[in-house]
Amino acid sequence: MSEPLKFHFPVSGGDFTSAGKASVQVKKLLRQLGISPDAIRRVAIAMYEGEINMVIHANGGSADLEIYPDYIKIILADTGPGIPNIDLAMQEGFSTAPDNIRSLGFGAGMGLPNMKRYTDDMKIDTEVGVGTTVTMRVNIA
Amino acid sequence: MQLTKIIEAMELEVLTSVTEDREVLGGYTGDLLSWVMGRAESEMLWITIMTNVNILAVASLRDLPAVLIAEAAELDEAVIAKAKEQEITLLRSPKSAYALCVELGKLLA
Ligand SMILES: Nc1ncnc2c1ncn2[C@@H]1O[C@H](COP(=O)(O)OP(=O)(O)OP(=O)(O)O)[C@@H](O)[C@H]1O
Ligand SMILES: [Mg+2]
Repeated sequence: MSEPLKFHFPVSGGDFTSAGKASVQVKKLLRQLGISPDAIRRVAIAMYEGEINMVIHANGGSADLEIYPDYIKIILADTGPGIPNIDLAMQEGFSTAPDNIRSLGFGAGMGLPNMKRYTDDMKIDTEVGVGTTVTMRVNIA
Repeated sequence: MQLTKIIEAMELEVLTSVTEDREVLGGYTGDLLSWVMGRAESEMLWITIMTNVNILAVASLRDLPAVLIAEAAELDEAVIAKAKEQEITLLRSPKSAYALCVELGKLLA
């Protein structure tokens, strides 16, 4: 098995003016690497939602991208408050986003469902008071 | 229909410029970013009253041909500047999102 191509992006918390920056960078990068438009679209959606969640709910974190010959792995890790009830958080429409954030267009409770829908595999490791790591896989071929 | 034709027919204000005269096959309207992110398709014109900078990441990540701001909603200069930098086409109209959808629908029918 060949070594994956790896990329690391810090994501700063509470910065709504540049939120989504890492995802925009990743999209450019995948284009340069000649990844198929469909895979790029799915990575872009999933990573954006995860990145925004870290900005809004976890005061930032980091995004890691690993590119294998047949799939792309996205790892979003934060040391935020954690998710007390994953089943509830995964439901369309569930959101704990405060009003000031909702007024910016966030808080539809569609981020996690989008991540699930557009990836081939998604795993959430979370502990209240410790943090959350979301690992997603998008098949390329 | 080509974006420039739509701009002309619907008398839309162009806040940035049309860097690429893309073909528009439909539209999507909504102000909640995750809905747009998950449901819009890349050949759709996005009609919204949301004007903060976060609309740009959505437009760019979903490859939308343009964002059409309804109800003549005000935009910060900084948002327009950033859109220019990222070559995202921002359009505006005094009409409501509903009226704009009806017009676009007729044009594309
Ligand atoms: N990284 C995270 N850390 C802590 N809580 C999180 C994290 N990601 C999601 N959550 C919790 O899960 C809920 C649902 O997340 P989801 O992304 O689906 O919706 P949202 O972020 O509230 O709104 P939207 O994504 O539609 O703008 C959030 O409101 C929050 O309570
Ligand atoms: Mg979210």
